[in-house]
Parts: sequence; structure tokens; C-alpha cells
Amino acid sequence: MSGKRSTIKRRTFLGAVLAGAAGGAAIAFGKRGGSGWRFFTDEEARTAAAICEQLIPADHDPGARQAGVVNYIDIQLTRHFRKHQKVYRSGLEKVQRISRGRFGNAFAVLSPQQQQEILNHVEKHVQPFFDLILAHARQGFYGDPRHGGNRDMVSWKMLGLPFPPVRGRMQYGDGPKVG
Amino acid sequence: MALGHVNAVIVGAGAGGGVVAKELATAGLSVVLLERGRWYDAAADRKDDLQNQRTTVLGNGFGPDDDRNPRVLVDKQGERVVFPSEGDYSNNAACVGGGTFSYGAQAWRFMEKDFRMRSTYGAVPGSTLEDWPIAYQDLEPFYEKAEWELGVSGDDSNNIFKAPRHKPLPMPPLPPTREHQILLPAAGRLGLHPFDIPMLRNSVPYNGRRSCMRCRWCCGFACEVDARSGTHNTVIPAALETGNCELRTECMTRDIMLDDGGHAKGVAYFDTSNRLREQTADLVIVSCGAVESARLLLNTRHRLFPTGLGNRFDWVGRNLQAHTYPAGVGLFEEETYDDIGPGASIAICDYNHGNAGLAGGGMLANEFIRLPYQFQNFVPPWVPRWGQAYKDYVRHAFKRTVVVMGPVQEIPVFDARVQADPTTNDYWGIPVARMSGTRHPHTIEIANYMRGKAEAWLREAGAVRTFGWGGSPGLSGGQHQAGTCRMGNDPKTSVVNKDCQLHDVDNVYVIDASVHVTNGGFNPALTILANAYRASNNLLQTWKGSKVRG
Repeated sequence: MSGKRSTIKRRTFLGAVLAGAAGGAAIAFGKRGGSGWRFFTDEEARTAAAICEQLIPADHDPGARQAGVVNYIDIQLTRHFRKHQKVYRSGLEKVQRISRGRFGNAFAVLSPQQQQEILNHVEKHVQPFFDLILAHARQGFYGDPRHGGNRDMVSWKMLGLPFPPVRGRMQYGDGPKVG
Repeated sequence: MALGHVNAVIVGAGAGGGVVAKELATAGLSVVLLERGRWYDAAADRKDDLQNQRTTVLGNGFGPDDDRNPRVLVDKQGERVVFPSEGDYSNNAACVGGGTFSYGAQAWRFMEKDFRMRSTYGAVPGSTLEDWPIAYQDLEPFYEKAEWELGVSGDDSNNIFKAPRHKPLPMPPLPPTREHQILLPAAGRLGLHPFDIPMLRNSVPYNGRRSCMRCRWCCGFACEVDARSGTHNTVIPAALETGNCELRTECMTRDIMLDDGGHAKGVAYFDTSNRLREQTADLVIVSCGAVESARLLLNTRHRLFPTGLGNRFDWVGRNLQAHTYPAGVGLFEEETYDDIGPGASIAICDYNHGNAGLAGGGMLANEFIRLPYQFQNFVPPWVPRWGQAYKDYVRHAFKRTVVVMGPVQEIPVFDARVQADPTTNDYWGIPVARMSGTRHPHTIEIANYMRGKAEAWLREAGAVRTFGWGGSPGLSGGQHQAGTCRMGNDPKTSVVNKDCQLHDVDNVYVIDASVHVTNGGFNPALTILANAYRASNNLLQTWKGSKVRG
């Protein structure tokens, strides 16, 4: 806490987003190996996608992967979530380390049961990261497609909501705006 | 740079400031209305479920922005800088209309006992619980004025607990939703007194604006058809129409300018281009909301007021309160969701007062219609947080859930407070609000009791299983923020007198929820509006052409 605070003390505040951007810019714009991601490396994206698919799995309805949840997270990590870049980078690395340590393989290629076992551990021991990616997975799955997730409104279709989102209903035909 | 002198400069175009602007301008005073946010257009509404005023995971819909407006929060983990889109910030919208631009628009009158909490319940240890210096009867004509000028729909005739009203509400309630029809007979069976919530929302065309189209994008969003009433589409346009009021948006006020004798002579503010301006005025009206009004007074320093204007006895910023929101969530076998907004429609006031052993209570009502992402807040503790079981729950329960919740009238705490932070400044170099303190333990007790009542109502309505939550001890604030510039007769234990005039300086007024001694067991908007009408009326009665009678 005191570290973050001390950078802000005794000077006019220029904004968290600006300050966050200064730290994250090199990462955000340093697309590695020509991957199509904004923030993630290809490996990170594979791990994140596999995690999200366990959080919201496909069944007879689409899951996180088909909804493009990782695309949502990747976009937001270069926008409103810039402040979470470090937690993601180190969290995904920890998940990989735990996976290789326990099962000798990358998280993304483990069996669903093995992935769930890893995530049960991560939920308890890498908590800030797990809570973040869980919240973001829900946003990317259930939120508005304009932000990069919920592709084809899959979650809204699953819940049986009229789509595309009905803007309103004319149940009381009082005509056009008066005066 | 100094601008042309006016009779009154009002800081903040929200619920309070909007009404004052209209009342003073209509009476012929020249008025400048300063607003730090923008004037949003109803038609420009984005209907963004992740970026609005209620769900802010990608930022606030209607301000303030995270880049320029930090605050400092002190809690048991220490102190940290917080930003407007974070829950701990205690945000209220920064735009023309303030909270009323995107609120749920419940239009409650407080009850008679809400103005006499100390007399009704006695002293509560560890609390500054006190009576208001005015009674319900003083506010009643102005509640009526607010209801008719802005427009309220609803029907509270079955609310036997309500304070007497002279006139009925101007508009009938909206037709009932499925939730309403489920909850209504259940309340009857429990011997409760359910009724249609008064709402600042047109159920029929009113005042040249159309009626609600029942969409699912309500609380937290702009109203696309302008059927919901706030100060932005009622009193502020009326103020501008007089020709006596100028509205300046995106203007951030720095402090109140005082002359050598400690009399206010205007305000200094940063305009849209961030240039420092001085607006001189005979009167200064502070209407920035409970956190920012206290901050403005505390940032106004003077030889006579070294710790802030109005703060001689250290009461400015104290008693920050809002509402604790206990809730019950009921899971039903049949579908309860009919996709008809705004959602909240039925309420009971059976538990606002008269709860054995408790100093107050609050109303209970069904919750606003829930978008899919918002529904993630209503997952029971027995469902795993992730995986197949979680997905199964959301898919099954989204349309089979009814939520009942309500605002508990909080027991004020002297140390729940706003200060000017000594080291952190905002974008303009102005010391930010520093917030600290906790809720009173008795507030938590009341909230836990109310949670039980909410769940009981849902079980009677047929819920096969219920869960819920009560109160938590952290600092209370948010959109219902109040209490930081208490109204009272004794200058040693309050900040403004019953006319909302600073005890210390006769040409500075605070007119917003800051002056609420207690905050009722209700959404406070209508009380803020009514009190702004009352304070404006009293101000105008003492207005002498260039000053008020001292």
C-alpha cells in the first residue's frame, strides 16, 4: 500500500490510468512474436483461455472459449484493466509453474480433471489473480459484446433474453413526444 | 479572471442545486450554476451493462472520470488512493442532474419519526443520533411541490404508516409486473401493507414528456425516452428558460472566496479549459453532494476559518452516512422474470419503525430488473463460484429469482467522516476528499433483522429456497451519501441552521443531502428536492436585493 501511495504524495495527481500506462506501455505495445493479442503472449492466451473455459465450461450451451472471453480480457488489459497487467502476468506464470510441477505439462494441455485440480489450488493460494480472472470471465461471458466478449450474444441466448437487446417496449402508445 | 457579478453562484447541478437554481432564477435573481460534469443527452444513452452508473467495472457512465478525481480511503488495512469507478469511492454521478440523471427514481417522503430519531429512540451509545431542527410538517408542502413539479407516479394509499399528505400523487402507478403480482398477495397473507412505490417516472405523459416504455435498462442508465424525471429535464431547463440563470458545465470549483471579514464574495473554479476563473456573487450555494460539499468547505481556508469554512467546532465532514442495504433473494420454481422494467415497484413500510429493541429500520421493496451480468451478484453461498454447477445455476435461476431489499436508516457515527487530504491532490491541484470511519454496530443489527424480514416475505411468496445478506462494518457512502454538514440549532453541534445557512457566514448555504441529520429508511432524492425547495423559499423571504437579512 505505502509504495503506491508514495508515488502519488506531494504532487498533483495526473491520473491512475496515465500512471498505469507508463508502467504497462512497454508490455502493451510490445506484441511478441507477431501474435494477434494486445497484451497476452500466445502462451498466456492459451492458458487464460483454458482457465476461463473451466470457470464457464461449454455444455449444450457455449462456454467461455466460444464466447471469446479471453478476447475481452485482452482488450481490457490495455484499457480499463491496465492496472491489473502485473497480476495477470505473474498469475498466469504461476499457473504454468504449478501445472508443470504437478503434472509435468502446460495447463492448457492438461485433462479437465487435472485443470480443475490446479484451479482449486490456485483459488486458495493465488487469490488476487483467481478472483480477478473469475470476475473478468463473468464480465466477458455475460456482458455486452461491444467489449469483445459474449460473441454472438451466446450467454443472452442461453438465458432466453430477447436479442439483439430490445431497446424498449411501446406498451402504452402515448404517441410521439409532446410539445 | 473575474466574470460578471451575479446574485447567486450555485456549485453543483444535482438534486439540490438544480431546484435552487430554478427557484432563485424564477424569483428574478441572477444565477450562475456550476457543474463539474457534462450535460448528457438521453438519446445518447449507450445502454452499456459494464459501464454505467450502477455497474462500473469498465468505468462510470456519467462521471466522474478515474483519471482526474482520486480520493483517499482510510480503513483497517491502512490508507489507499481510490478511484471513482471503485466501490469504496462512495461515488455519486458528476453530470447535470447529478444522481437524478441515472437513478432508480424512487420518490420517498421520509416519515414523521425520521425527523425525530433521538426523541423516538433516545441516545444510542457511540452515535451522534439527533432530531432534525425541522419537522415533517415543515417539509410537507415542499414534498408536494417536488412531486408535482417533477412528476411522481405511484399509489401509496395502502401505506398506513405514511405521514399525512395533502394531495395524492399526480400520476397512477405503472401496471404490475409478474414479480409484483407474486409479492403482493404474500405480503397480504403476512399482514403487511404493500403498495406501489412512488417513482419520479412518468406512467402517463406528463409535463411535455412521455411515459415509461418499461425497458430493462433503467437504474444506472440514462432514460432513452426521457420518462424518468431528474433535475436535468425539469427544474434546470426551467431555470434556464427564465433568462436569469447561466449553466456552466465541466467547471471544477476550487474554493469559496472570502473577504477580510470572512464574508463570501464568490467562488474560484477551473473552467472547461482548466483556466482558473473567479465568479463573484452575493450568495454562494454549496450543492455538491455530501462528500464534495464537505470537501469544498474544508478546502476554503481563511484567517478566521483556519480549519475550513463552517468548521469552527469540527463538525464539517462528520457523520457521513448513507444506507446499509440488506437483501433477501428467493429462488422460485416458476419463471418470475417478465423482462418488464423498471423492476422495483412494490414496497412495505411495516418495518421502518416499531421493531422491538431496534432504533429504526427501513422500507423493503423488490429490486430493479437485473441484466445478466448484474445477476452474478445473486449467486447463493451454496453454489460453487465457478464451473459447471455455477453455470447451471445462472442458466436455471436467472428468470426464477426475486430480490427484496431496502435501505436501513443508519445510526450516525461522528468519526465516519470526510477530511481534506493533506497530501493528495486531484488533477486541478485541489486537495482530495479523505474518507475514514465505520458503520455503527447497531446499523448492522438492524440490517440483519431486515434481511430476515425480506427472506420471510419471499418464502411466503413461494420461494423454494432463500438466502441473503445483512450489513458489513465498512464506511457507508455511495449515491445516498448524506450527513456531513448537519442542520441544527446549536452552532457547536451542527454546521448550518434550519434554513441551510452556515452558522458562521450568512451568505453561504449548503443545500443537498449533506444537511440531513439522519437519512431516513428511504432513498433520499425526494427529501433532497423538497428541502431544496424549502430552503430556497426561506432564503427568498429574507432576500433584500443584494443580501439576505443577517
